[in-house]
Amino acid sequence: MANHKTVYEDCDILVVGGGMAGTGATFESRYWGRDMKIVCVEKANIDRSGAVAQGLYAINCYMGTRWNENQPEDHVRYARNDLMGMVREDLALDMARHVDSAVHMFEEWGLPLMKNKEGRYQREGKWQIMIHGESYKPIVAEAAKKSASKVYNRVMITHLLKDESNDNRCGGAVGFNMRTGDFHVFRAKATIICAGGASHIFKPRAVGEGMGRTWYAPWSNGSCYALPIALGAKMTQMENRIVLCRFKDGYGPVGAYFLHLKTYTQNTYGEEYESKWYDQTKEMVGEYIDHHPTPTCLRNHAFLEEVKAGRGPIHMVTMEAFQDPHLEVIGWENFLGMTVGQAVVWASQDIDPKYQNPELTTSEPYVMGSHATCSGAWVSGPSDLAPKEYYWGYNRMMTVDGLFGAGDTVGGTAHKFSSGSFTEGRLAAKAAVQYINDMETKPSVSEKQINNFKEEVYKPLENYTVGRNEITAGTVSPSYILPIQGLQRLQKIMDEYCGGIGTNYMTNGNLLKQGLKNLDILQEDLEHVGAEDLHQLMRAWELKHRALVSQCVTEHTLFREETRWPGYYYRGDHMKLDDDNWHCLTLSRRDPKTGKFTMEKAPLYHIVDEEQKKAG
Amino acid sequence: MSTFVYMTRCDGCGHCVDICPSDIMHIDPKIRRAVNIEPNFCWECYSCVKACPQNAIDARGYADFAPMGHKVRVLREEEKGTISWKITFRNGTEKNFVSPITTKPWGKHIHKVADAPVPDAAAHESQLLFNEPEYLKIGDNRDKKLINEDGLPVREKETFKQGVYY
Ligand SMILES: Cc1cc2nc3c(=O)[nH]c(=O)nc-3n(C[C@H](O)[C@H](O)[C@H](O)COP(=O)(O)OP(=O)(O)OC[C@H]3O[C@@H](n4cnc5c(N)ncnc54)[C@H](O)[C@@H]3O)c2cc1C
Ligand code: SF4
Ligand code: SF4
Repeated sequence: MANHKTVYEDCDILVVGGGMAGTGATFESRYWGRDMKIVCVEKANIDRSGAVAQGLYAINCYMGTRWNENQPEDHVRYARNDLMGMVREDLALDMARHVDSAVHMFEEWGLPLMKNKEGRYQREGKWQIMIHGESYKPIVAEAAKKSASKVYNRVMITHLLKDESNDNRCGGAVGFNMRTGDFHVFRAKATIICAGGASHIFKPRAVGEGMGRTWYAPWSNGSCYALPIALGAKMTQMENRIVLCRFKDGYGPVGAYFLHLKTYTQNTYGEEYESKWYDQTKEMVGEYIDHHPTPTCLRNHAFLEEVKAGRGPIHMVTMEAFQDPHLEVIGWENFLGMTVGQAVVWASQDIDPKYQNPELTTSEPYVMGSHATCSGAWVSGPSDLAPKEYYWGYNRMMTVDGLFGAGDTVGGTAHKFSSGSFTEGRLAAKAAVQYINDMETKPSVSEKQINNFKEEVYKPLENYTVGRNEITAGTVSPSYILPIQGLQRLQKIMDEYCGGIGTNYMTNGNLLKQGLKNLDILQEDLEHVGAEDLHQLMRAWELKHRALVSQCVTEHTLFREETRWPGYYYRGDHMKLDDDNWHCLTLSRRDPKTGKFTMEKAPLYHIVDEEQKKAG
Repeated sequence: MSTFVYMTRCDGCGHCVDICPSDIMHIDPKIRRAVNIEPNFCWECYSCVKACPQNAIDARGYADFAPMGHKVRVLREEEKGTISWKITFRNGTEKNFVSPITTKPWGKHIHKVADAPVPDAAAHESQLLFNEPEYLKIGDNRDKKLINEDGLPVREKETFKQGVYY
C-alpha cells in the first residue's frame, strides 16, 4: 500500500461517471455554479464511455411539443402504463418537461438528427426520433470537457466519503487510477452519482469468449447503486429488473424494426401468438393487459409462454420490409450505429433479413433506471411537482445530504433513455449548486477515514501477492478467488435463486432466502478476492459493486409479494399482480454499520390523470 | 466478435488503449504492440477499431456463436464528418453503408456555458435550466393554464390524486 501515492482534490461539485447523465450534470453545473470547482471522474475515457460508447441510432425520449406532437403529461401516462402503474410521476413529469431543450441543443451542437419532409425530426415512434448518432458520446463529452474544471479519465470510484460530524451526509469519494495506481481522494461539497446501470448481475446467455455480448454494456457494473447503498442511501424498485426481447445472439435492438420498419413477430409456424395469451395474462394481471400500448413486460410474457408451449423460435418478419431498399439500409445502419455485434452475427451466420426472418430471444435481466424499468435511488422531487413524501429540499438529492443522482442511478423515472438521462443530470446539477450556495458548513473528512478506504481499495492486490507465492502456477488458489471466478459465482446465484434465464425468470420466497444466504457467504469470500494487476483491481471492484447491488435486488424481490411484471420475473408463490397490497413503491435501506437491509413501502401518487389523454 | 490486432500493422501508438471503455486493450511489454487481454469482456463496440490510425485492429465473431469467414470493417473520418462500413458475409455477400457523424465543424458549436450571461437570483430560484424556456420552443402548443410564469410546463398540486395504497 505504501507505494501508492495519494492525490487530493478539493472541489465543489464532484460528478461520478461521465456518461449521458454525467456529461449533462457537468455541463449544467458550470452554468449555475460559475465560479465553482467542478470535477468529473470517469472510469474509462469520457469520449467513449458508458452505454453510448458505440453510439445510438435514436433518441428515445423526445416530446416534440414545438410541433404539438406530445405534452410532458402524455409521457408520464406512457411510462406509468408501461411499468404497470409504478413510476414516480413527479420525477417523470419533471424530466419530460425539460427533455426537449436538451435535444434542441444536441442539434445545435452538430448531432445529425434525421428530418422528414416537413422539416420536423423524423419520428421512429411516438417518443423516438431517428439520428445518425455514431458520435453522440464524443459530442456530449465535448460539452462536459468545456465545462469541467477537470476531467479525470481511468479513475474508478470505489467508495463515497462521509462527513465526520454527520453520518448521513456525503463528503466526496475515493478511487484509484488504473494507469498510475494512485489513490485519489475527492473531497466535495456535493456529489452527483451518474455511474450507469448494471449488466452481468445475472448469468448471461452468451458463454466463454462471447460473455461480453450482453445487451447493456459489460462495463456497466452497478456502481451507481453500490456507492449510495454502501453509504446508507435509500433505494427504490430494485426488484424491477428488465428483460429485453432482442435479436438472437447479438442482442441487436428492435425499436426501429417494430416502430419504423413495421416488422412484426410470429412463432415458428408463422402464427401471430400474442393474442393467444390474452386470457391467461388477464387472469394474472387484470385490466393492465388492456392498456395501450401493451406493457413491455407483458409482451415478453407472451413470448416466453409461446416458447414454453413448444412453438419457438419466435421470428421477426423482416422479409417484407427489407424489400424496400431504404428500409433495408435503416435496418442495417440501426445496428452499425449502436450494436455492431448484431451485424457481425448476421454476416457470420449468413443471415440476410431480406431473404430470411431472423430469430429473436429474451435477454438475461439487467438492473437499470433509464429504460423500460426504473430501479434506483430514492430521491427528492422538484418543489413545484413533488408531493410531501417525495420532497426534502433539493431536486434529485438522495436520502443522504449532499448526494445527488441522475440517469440510471435514479429510481422511478422510467423511459428517460439517453436524452432524459442527460436532462436529469442537468436537473441534479442545478440543485447541487443551490445546495452548495445554501450550505453553512462544509463537510469534513478525516485522514483516518481516507486511510481505511485506501487499505481496503488495494487489498485485492495484497491478497494476490501473498496467495500467489503459495502455489506453483495456474488460477486455482486456496487463499484467493479471481474476479472472474467471483463474478461467475454471483451470476449463478442470481440466475438460479433470483429469477434469471436458467429458471425462466421464476423465483419464490424460499429461493430468494437461500439466495440471500449464498450472497452473504459470497460477500465474505470477496474479502479474499485477488487481483494480479491494476486492471484486475478494477474487475475486483466492479465485482464487489455488483455483489452489493445483487443483495439489494434480492431483498427487494423478496419483499414485493406479487408478480407485478410478468415477463421480467415471476414470484411462483404469488403469481398474480396484487393491487390491493402492492400498489406502492418499495424502499430499502442498508445499515452501513451492520450491513442489514430494512424494507418499507412508499405511497404512489398519480399526479397526472387518465382523462386528459389526447390523441397523439 | 472480439477484437484482435495484426502484428505487422500495429506500431504500438496506444490510441486503442486510451479509448477502450472496457480497459482491455493493452500494450504487450514484450512485443510492444496492442493486445486484447480479455476478449470475454469485449462489447465489440468498435471504439478501438475506429481509433486505430494503422487500421491494425479487426474483429472476429465470438467463437461461441459466430462461424468464421466474415468481416465488418469501418472507417471513421472526422474531417469529412462520415463513417463508412463494409460488411462481408461468410458466403461472400457484401454490403456497404455511409452515414454522417456530425453536421458542424467538430466541437465548434458546442456551448461554452462559462461564457454565457450569469444567471440572476430569480433564475436560480426558478425551475429553469440553461437556455430555458427559449430552447423548449413550446410556442403556442400548450394550454397556457399549464405553464407557469417562467414559461415552464407545470401542474397544479391540487389536482394530484393521492394513490396511497398500503
Ligand atoms: C444497446 C443499447 C441501445 C440503446 N438504445 C438507445 C436509443 O436508441 N435511444 C436512447 O435514447 N437510449 C438508448 N439506450 C439507453 C441509453 O444508452 C441509456 O439510457 C443512458 O446511456 C443512461 O445514461 P447514464 O448516464 O445513466 O449511464 P451511462 O451513459 O452508461 O454512463 C455511466 C458512466 O459512468 C461511468 N462509471 C461507472 N462506474 C464508475 C465508477 N465506479 N467510477 C467512475 N466512473 C464510473 C461509466 O464508465 C460511464 O461512462 C440504449 C442503451 C444500450 C445499451
Ligand atoms: S471493441 Fe470496444 S470493448 Fe472491444 S476491445 Fe475494442 S474498444 Fe474495447
Ligand atoms: S491504435 Fe492501432 S497501431 Fe496504435 S497501438 Fe492500438 S492497434 Fe496498435
